[in-house]
Parts: sequence; structure tokens; C-alpha cells
Amino acid sequence: MIASVPPGSSSFPSQTTASPAGNNLLIGPFDQRWSSRLEALLASGRAAGADLVEVFLERTDHIGVLAEQDTITSVTPAFGMGAGIRVFLGHRDGFVSTNDLSEAGLKQALSQALGMLGLEICSSALNSFDGLPALRDFGLEKGTWLERCPGIQEATQRLLEGTARLEQHGRHLQARRASYARDWQEVMVAASDGTFGRDVRLHQSVGLNVLAADGEHRAGVGRRYGTSDSPDDLRQWDAGTSAEEVCASAGTMLYADYVEAGQMPAVLANRFGGVIFHEACGHLLETTQVERGTTPFSEQVGHPIAHEAVTAIDEGLTGGAFGSLSMDDEGMEAQRTVLIEKGVLKRFLSDRAGELRTGHARTGSGRRQSHTFAAASRMRNTFIAAGPHSPDELISSVDRGLYCKSMGGGSVGPTGQFNFAVEEAYLIENGQLTKPVKGATLIGEAKEVMPRISMCANDLELAAGFCGSVSGSIFVTVGQPHIKVDSITVGGR
Amino acid sequence: MTASTAQQGLDAQSLRSKLDTIAASHGIRQWDLGAACSTDTSVQVDRGEPKQMKGAQRSSITIRVWNSDGLVGTTSTSDLSDNGLERALSGARDASAFGNANDTPGFSPLATAPLTPLEQPLHQGQGILRLLERLKEAEQDLLSRHSAIGTVPYNGLAERSSERIYLNSEGACRQQQLTTASIYLYARAEESGRKPRSAGAVRLAYGASELDIAGCITEAAERTISHLDYAPIETGRYTCVFSPEAFLDLIGAFSNLFNARAVLDGVSLSNRDSLGESLAVPFLSIRDNGLHPGNIGASNFDGEGTPTRPLDLVQGGVLKNFLHSEATARAFGVQPTGHAGLGAKVSVGPDWFEIGLTPGSSGAQAGLDRFKSDQPIVWIDSLSALHAGVKASQGSFSLPFDGWLIKNGETRSIEAATVAGDIRQVLKAIVGFEGDAKITPDGLCPLVWVEGLSITGEA
Repeated sequence: MIASVPPGSSSFPSQTTASPAGNNLLIGPFDQRWSSRLEALLASGRAAGADLVEVFLERTDHIGVLAEQDTITSVTPAFGMGAGIRVFLGHRDGFVSTNDLSEAGLKQALSQALGMLGLEICSSALNSFDGLPALRDFGLEKGTWLERCPGIQEATQRLLEGTARLEQHGRHLQARRASYARDWQEVMVAASDGTFGRDVRLHQSVGLNVLAADGEHRAGVGRRYGTSDSPDDLRQWDAGTSAEEVCASAGTMLYADYVEAGQMPAVLANRFGGVIFHEACGHLLETTQVERGTTPFSEQVGHPIAHEAVTAIDEGLTGGAFGSLSMDDEGMEAQRTVLIEKGVLKRFLSDRAGELRTGHARTGSGRRQSHTFAAASRMRNTFIAAGPHSPDELISSVDRGLYCKSMGGGSVGPTGQFNFAVEEAYLIENGQLTKPVKGATLIGEAKEVMPRISMCANDLELAAGFCGSVSGSIFVTVGQPHIKVDSITVGGR
Repeated sequence: MTASTAQQGLDAQSLRSKLDTIAASHGIRQWDLGAACSTDTSVQVDRGEPKQMKGAQRSSITIRVWNSDGLVGTTSTSDLSDNGLERALSGARDASAFGNANDTPGFSPLATAPLTPLEQPLHQGQGILRLLERLKEAEQDLLSRHSAIGTVPYNGLAERSSERIYLNSEGACRQQQLTTASIYLYARAEESGRKPRSAGAVRLAYGASELDIAGCITEAAERTISHLDYAPIETGRYTCVFSPEAFLDLIGAFSNLFNARAVLDGVSLSNRDSLGESLAVPFLSIRDNGLHPGNIGASNFDGEGTPTRPLDLVQGGVLKNFLHSEATARAFGVQPTGHAGLGAKVSVGPDWFEIGLTPGSSGAQAGLDRFKSDQPIVWIDSLSALHAGVKASQGSFSLPFDGWLIKNGETRSIEAATVAGDIRQVLKAIVGFEGDAKITPDGLCPLVWVEGLSITGEA
């Protein structure tokens, strides 16, 4: 829910005026009290000749907890704050980040950003900016989230329950780990185009990892579960089911043979199988790639780029999903963006700079890891839509191929080549799953693979993940139903 | 102390005084900290225009405290104001209630030992507009090297000034100032009717004025052009020749072999009894030497204040030593080696590898020349996606690479392929070395020949 707060004074404060005692802006939430300081900055930047000035304020609070075997081995609290100031002039921009949120510190950062574009702060700032509107406060009802999250004591108990469940369900386990991360972030975005928003984000994730070993056989398996905006997430986590899933996978893969390399059809399972679309195609539909000239799809809007079975969506709206957000890091509300509809490219994901430089309208996709990064067009919850088939229909349609039940990480290179590791895989022989195989890597190019996704099942599910790219590591969701790729290169031995 | 520390630098004595005062007010008698601040300036360009110009002032601090039960807690923050320090110290004290009684770090016994001086000249920054001009010139030069090179989509020129401190309540004080600069240029080339190809190069120096930009341009151009004429490779087993960069990447990805923390945690391929065992061919030597003059940005102390020093890891193919923090060293009954981070559970990691022939050893094939081989050779120039394709605790890898097939006297770029194997088998299948060792950002290494690796291609 969006709440509006009446605007405060827009008068330009004297640079020498200190904040009155009891009104220290660094204490308490980012709120309307900041409008005067931000307006002064934005006005200064505009008066210096900038087309647009944007200020991103951030405050963070993190806790990480690690349990190994039956002991808590690490508790790592961290907190911080900072600002990122970005100035646009024509198609160029300068960006400066700082940990210093004092009036002088922010002004110095602005001055440095302006200097990158050959601009200087001048004295005639008063009439160059109309002031900020009312604050759009998406965080108003999120004020208690942090205190409602589990404390360290509760988190340690849940993790120890996790490692105990691993011991209960696993065999030949040489190492058992459970980890928890709670990331709370408060952001405020103000820009000279009238953007003025605030939000509070909460991401929690819990991971289980095991290393199984028996003689020369070794298998490492990990799973991470994550949600956003749900203070009770860790309390609701089903440690037993998660442990069972991880141990079952480790037990299967411990004695698996290495996959034989080659070209073959593949069926990719739902949930984290969606990483193939994320890596193979999603990154190429970000305007940062259009700007660089590194996507083969830059001139393909309105044209088929995938099999007609494929409809793909990126959105930031799904409740509790890891990549959801009320507003992006440029102050724009999240949207649902249809990227591909029945194989035809419909939209690119765009941020402020992307719109400026490529003409693709913003989609609420300007995201960054922290104030030290300028926002860039990034994915949120990205998935291939469900199709009409059952998963069994996909598998039974393959004479000899690979079933990829669990995917590892992946990446895409500057020429569009992607790759990702398969953690748990099975051979498909005569339409049936047969023996487990390990060591598989899927390799290809988006342009060639997207037309080969010929069947989508009806079991769409999402999975939490982290995506690292130009603006740092961010929380995302990948997802898909079971899909069939008619032919893909499988790296193995 | 104000929050403007990044511009002002760290004042170790002031920091110590404040921590002493705050610690005393909380009844904390044992603490240590690592603090760092930096100022970074970087530019990127796109076909003659500035793409992004970026500046950053950063500061950070990690405080550890020992509570009355001897348990350790930490807290990290970017807020170096008095309020931030107070909050960090009390946060660390709270976290210490959850300290691990079975594995408690202590102060390094070497935290006040003499340090090896480093030759690291401090340079004044050139300023962002000068960096911009130099990068624009470099991009233009690279674009002019071949008609197929259309863009340099990944590029950057950066300079950094940084400072770091280690202090503890027993009087240890380590401090280092450093300036560094870097340039990277990754070109994209495309010929009509063919797939785009990309390659690049990186250079590091202590200041932007010292950067070998011309060398970076030439290397990026030559590597990119060399991949224009490509062909698929047949899947099979090949003798592979790793470039120094590729082999160092591979060893780095499996450095848990040498990591005492990983050994104690049960996630290393080695165990406590592995020291003295044969790990590789009898002529292989691997040494960690963060103090090597080629290691730009070296530090002469680690996160716990322990002096950095050279350490033989593998000699004559035999595993000789593990990398240690204070806690792991105590567990093994040895001295810390200068490879620690700072935390309640202290991480351990390598600095900079020196890989090559063990003096006086035998078994390595001499006179290797990949261009004169009578068998097909896969020359692996660079590995990709190590984060996804390496299973460090299992020993296996399956990695995409850029490289060439050398066959019948002809060298041709490989279209798209992966190399897969097991690191323990790789270390036992090294045939020999070719050429002189080369200094890279990650270490010193010659070309390394390995036989019988599995290559997956698209032919």
C-alpha cells in the first residue's frame, strides 16, 4: 500500500545551517525531514546545468548465521548507510557514492559527480528546481518488519534443527551446513524530475548444504530457500522437508556416473530450471545489453525469437517472491512486463539510463545491490509461463536425452554464449528416466536455443536466487514449468 | 572521527583511543579491529563517448570482542562515526554470546612481529577527466586494429587510493596505504555471416601513469582477432596446454586443497593426514607468495595482523603445507602463515601463486612446443564460469573456455567448448611446462601441458 505524506518546506537551506539538536537526520527512518536537504542538492545540481539529478539513500541491517554439524560457528551482524548520487547530462552520466550522509558529505559527492560532466555547483540555485512532491512512502506499513524478524537466538535454534534433520535423513555425510541471512534495507530516492519515494525491503533466506563422501565418491548438494517481505519466513520454514530433499539428492548423486558429453534433447525441471531462461535470454533483454551492443535481439521487437510455445514474463509484483519490490531503485513502481509472447519479443527491461540511451520505456527495473552501484536494468521475478502439457508428456517424448532435475549456477558471455551447471540429472531412455548422472554443463547461445524450447508443462513454480551483474548482486526469482529443449550441447566427460 | 573518513584517511591512534574508551565503558577487555577506507574513480566509454563515470568513497570496519567467557563476536559497519563505533562494539559483544566455544580465535602471536617492507610507490590520482581521455584513446586505438572489431563493450580505467588498519587491545598496530590502477578492454568482433567473437586483456599498476595501456590494447586486439576464424571441435580426449592465466584460475578454484580451514571443516579434498602425501606429478611446485613484486596490491599483513610470507604448498609433487589463520594454526600446532581474514570464524585464502618446476626434479618433458607437436593440441587461453562449473569439495570441473586447436601445423579458434575433469587427475596428468613463467594478476606460471582431458565441442 502506498501512503502519502504531506510535503515539507521546499525552501533552500543555507549550506552553513546545522541540523537542530534532536533533528539529526541520521537517526530514525528516512522521512519527510530529508526533503529540504535533498531539494537543496537537486536544485544545486540542476542549477549547475545537469539535465537530471538523482539521490539514492540507503540504510542496511544484516545478520548472517552459520551452523556446521551441530554447532553455531559464525554470527555476523553488519549495518551501514550511504548515498549514491547520479547526474545526467545528455546521454552521459556521472555517479558518486559515499558513506557520508552529512550535508557537507552529500554536497561533496554531488560536486564530484557534476565535475565528471564538466559542471560546477554555482550560487543561483534557488529558482532552478520546483521542489519535491509529497513523499510516496511504500515503507510506511513496514516499520515493524525488522523487530518482527527472528532474533539471533531463534535463528540459531532453527539452523541447528536444520543440521539435525540433515543428520537424520542423510547417509555418508561428511559435512552438514545450515545458513541464514536476513537483509533489511531502507531506501529513499529523490530526483529532480519529481521522484520522491521511500521503501523498506526485507529478504530472508535459509540454505542447507551437505557433502556426502564414501571412498572416492563425493557429492555436494545445496539448496537455498528465500522470500521477501515476510518477517516470519524462518519460523515457517519446513526444515524436515528441506533436509529430506537435500539428502535425497546427495544420496542419489553420490554414486552417479559422469554424463557422456554430446548434443541431445533435454527436459529441464521446474523452479530453479528457470535459470536457463534467466541466463540464456533474460540478460539479453536488459537495455544495458542493448546499450553495449551485446544482445542479438536489439532490433527484434515484434519478431519471433523463440518457439511459439514460449511466453516469458518479468515482474516485481508476486507477493513474497525474492525479486518482488514495491518500487525499484529509481523510485518507479514495479510492473509486470511481458518479454516474449508466444515466441514474439514484446519488450525490453529498462531503467532510467536505458530509456535515455535506447528509447525503451522504463519498466520499474532499475536495480542495484547497494548505494555503491548506479542502478541498471535488471530482472526481478522472471519466468516462462505454464503450458498445456504434463511433465510426463515431455519426458515420454524423448527417446534418448537428459533430465535436469536440479540446476546450479550459470553465466552468459559478451557474445551471448551461456552455460550452467546441472547438479542433479538423469538419463532419459525410451521416454523413461533411468540412471542418475553428474558433471553435466549445458552450453549454448540464446538465439539458437530459444527456438528449440518446444514444450512447456503446466507446473510453473518459482525459486529464489541471486543475480550478479553490472549493478552488483541482487535478489531475484527464476522460474518455469518443466520445459523440453529439442537439442542442446551437454558438456561432460 | 567523522564519517568523512574516506577522504581524510584512517587515524589509527584516534581509532584506538575511541575503541579503548568505548570498550572500557562496556566492560570489554579484549578487542581487535580491521578498518579500511578507499577512494575509487573509474570510467567506461562507448564508441568515443563516456558511458559511465563513477566515484566512490568507502569506509568499513569489523570489530571483534571477546566476552568474559572468552567467546568471540563480531560486527561490521560502514559507519565510522562515534555512534557507529559504539553500536558496532555493542553488537559484537551481543554476538559473542553465540561464539563457538570449540573453535575460538585469539590474537595472532605474530601480530606484532616485524613486517617485510614492500616497494609500493604511492601515486597521485590523475583525475577522472584525464582517465576518460586516456580510455577514449585506448578504445579508438583498439577499434582501429581490425575492421571486424566493432565495439569494446566491456572496458574500464580505474584508479584507487586505499588504506587499511589492524589494531588490537594488546597494542598491535598494522597500517598500509596503497594506490592502484587498472585497465580492462574486452573487444567484440564480428564478420559477415559469422558469430560474434570476444576477447580482452587486463593490466594493473600502482598508478594510472604506469599502466601498460599499449600492451593491453595489443593483447586485446591480437586475442580477439585470433578468434575470428573459428571452427567447432570434435568431442573427445585431448592433450591440453593451459595458458598461465587459465591454469592459475583452475588452481585458485581448488585452493581448498591447501586450506586448513576447509580441512578442519571437512570440505577440502585434503585431510589432516594429507601433508607429505603425493598430490601431483613429482616435478610440480606450487608456492603461495603474496610478497612477490609482481603482485600488484600486495599486503604485508593479513586480517589478523600476521605478516605475509612465502609458503611452499607443493614441492616435488608432495603436499608440504596448509594455509593458516591463527585458529587453524593452533589446531595444527604450527605458526599462522598470514592468510587469514577477520571474523568470529576466520576465513583462510591464498594470496598469489608461483607455479612451476621443482628445482632438481625429474620427469617433466623438456622442449615442449605446442606448435611442433605431432598430436592435436587444445590450447586453453581462458576459462569461464568458474563459479558455476567448479565443484571444489568434489574435485570436479566442467568449464567453458576460449582457446585454439593446433593440428597439422594449423592453429584455429575453437567455436564453443568445455573442458572437464578432476583436479586430482589433472595434477597427476601434467606432462611438463612450456616457455618462461609469466606474471599475471593471480600469480606466476608458465604454459602447462596436461594430457587426456575431456573436451566437449559442437562438431
